[in-house]
Amino acid sequence: MLSAKDLSLGHRLKGVNCALEPGKITAICGPNGAGKSTLLQAMAGLLDPDAGGAALDGTMLSDLAPRDRAKRIGYLPQSAEVAWDVPVRTLVQLGRMPHGDQLAEPVDAALAALDLAPFADRRAQSLSGGETARVLLARVLAGEPDWILADEPLAALDLGHQLDLLRHLRRAADAGAGVVLVLHDLAHAMNHADRVLVLDRGALVADAPPERALDDVTILDVWGVAASWVGKSGKRALVTA
Amino acid sequence: MNRASVVFLALLLVAIPLSLFAGRVWIDPASTPNAALIVAELRLPRALLAVIVGAGLGAAGAAMQGYLRNPLADPGLFGIAPGAALGAVIALWFGYAASAWLLPLFALVGAAGAMALLAAIAGRTGGIALFTLAGLMVASLAGALTALAISMAPNAFAMSQIVLWLNGALTDRSWREVWLAAPLVLLGIAVLWRAGRSLDALTLGEPVARSLGVDTTRLLLLLVAGIGLTVGAGVAVAGIIGFVGLVVPHLVRPLTDRRPSQLILPSALAGALLVLVADSVVRVLPLVTELRLGIALSLLGAPFFLGLLLRMRKGTI
Repeated sequence: MLSAKDLSLGHRLKGVNCALEPGKITAICGPNGAGKSTLLQAMAGLLDPDAGGAALDGTMLSDLAPRDRAKRIGYLPQSAEVAWDVPVRTLVQLGRMPHGDQLAEPVDAALAALDLAPFADRRAQSLSGGETARVLLARVLAGEPDWILADEPLAALDLGHQLDLLRHLRRAADAGAGVVLVLHDLAHAMNHADRVLVLDRGALVADAPPERALDDVTILDVWGVAASWVGKSGKRALVTA
Repeated sequence: MNRASVVFLALLLVAIPLSLFAGRVWIDPASTPNAALIVAELRLPRALLAVIVGAGLGAAGAAMQGYLRNPLADPGLFGIAPGAALGAVIALWFGYAASAWLLPLFALVGAAGAMALLAAIAGRTGGIALFTLAGLMVASLAGALTALAISMAPNAFAMSQIVLWLNGALTDRSWREVWLAAPLVLLGIAVLWRAGRSLDALTLGEPVARSLGVDTTRLLLLLVAGIGLTVGAGVAVAGIIGFVGLVVPHLVRPLTDRRPSQLILPSALAGALLVLVADSVVRVLPLVTELRLGIALSLLGAPFFLGLLLRMRKGTI
């Protein structure tokens, strides 16, 4: 269980409480500046809150050694920055760093899970945007974390690659990992998440299955947009008025 | 030890004995009078000093580029070299040049001062950009104070001594400088080598590095200590020798898998080789007075740097 208790950080987060379950995909949604990335980073143990805190199975993240925290929580930022033109395998191997080993097996498994085995010897900067996104996710998977926290992992991808990456994340959740995603696309959150947290100006305003968290009233309240959902469950589309 | 380290170590082991023969007077062991004495007391310490200073600058450059994730970063950016130079210039200003220990000691105090200032700043800021700006400010402050010292030099002799010293050279150095610099530079390289894995993690940016368990404040302190020791000790015994830290990692990078950790040791060896060869060349050039090593390396480094910029503009790096 990854939880936030009265998590506050300046104006960005105001007393957020939530408890996330492993084996599920949780989406964090909200308008620009709502505090989504801040919440994700605080729950990854990368930001020190002013008050409250995040806890992993009852232990405050601030009480965990950075390496122990790193073994259990994998974090994927929004930027696809790769400073040096290293081979793909070397990059994915960085995921093993918290474990202090160079085991080939989890690295191979992560490469295979994202269909990257043929790319293993390619240079990172020779990859397309979609390939880079998969390599960076493979880096997280190679660390075999219990939790995968990703900040807008779909932002730079075309529709095909977006669905591809969501499929890989679902597979990780089915294998038992807790997956937490900051998502801008409400349709993706509606169709692919098991649960949605809606943030508005730093406060948590909804925490429920997607149909309830992203109902028409909440969308109007939080995003200021009159919209309604059409289509069947799992294949819904958002139509604005 | 990776492939690049083996290559540069082999080249270095060939270059060191060869460099002992090179100089204003070419040594022929069979006919040169006092050949053994010249080699043992003049050429060998000078060659070893070139190796030590170059190794420190090469390793510092590789670590610096890894830390700032920028192939154009130079160890001078942290302001440690200008700090050490300021210390040395103060020693020259007061006419302490004649005393063997005082000048390098002042330089080390200058480097330590810059390091302490940087460490104090590092403890308060986490961000790399802010820290780099702070380093630049330390560098420009030390540079301004050095210029002030030059402009207020007590006499023409002191001024010419300061200007000459700032250009960097290994002329007339002895075992004393070797014993002073070697332990500090070796310790510095060991510190930087230890930071290597954390620098690898920084390839994916600071937040990812922290999410992988890297303590970024500790990493910064390791960098300040490692660069302070290597560059500070180098400046203390040889003056300012530019461009080695910038150029060497570029020569070495294509021979490695480009991870910063894989670059530190071969860059140390390649830096040693470059300074040793450059110092041998300035010794044999048929000029009236020996070309200063710092000037020679800058003459070599500036065109290289321009070429690098052009290649980057074409997107081939």
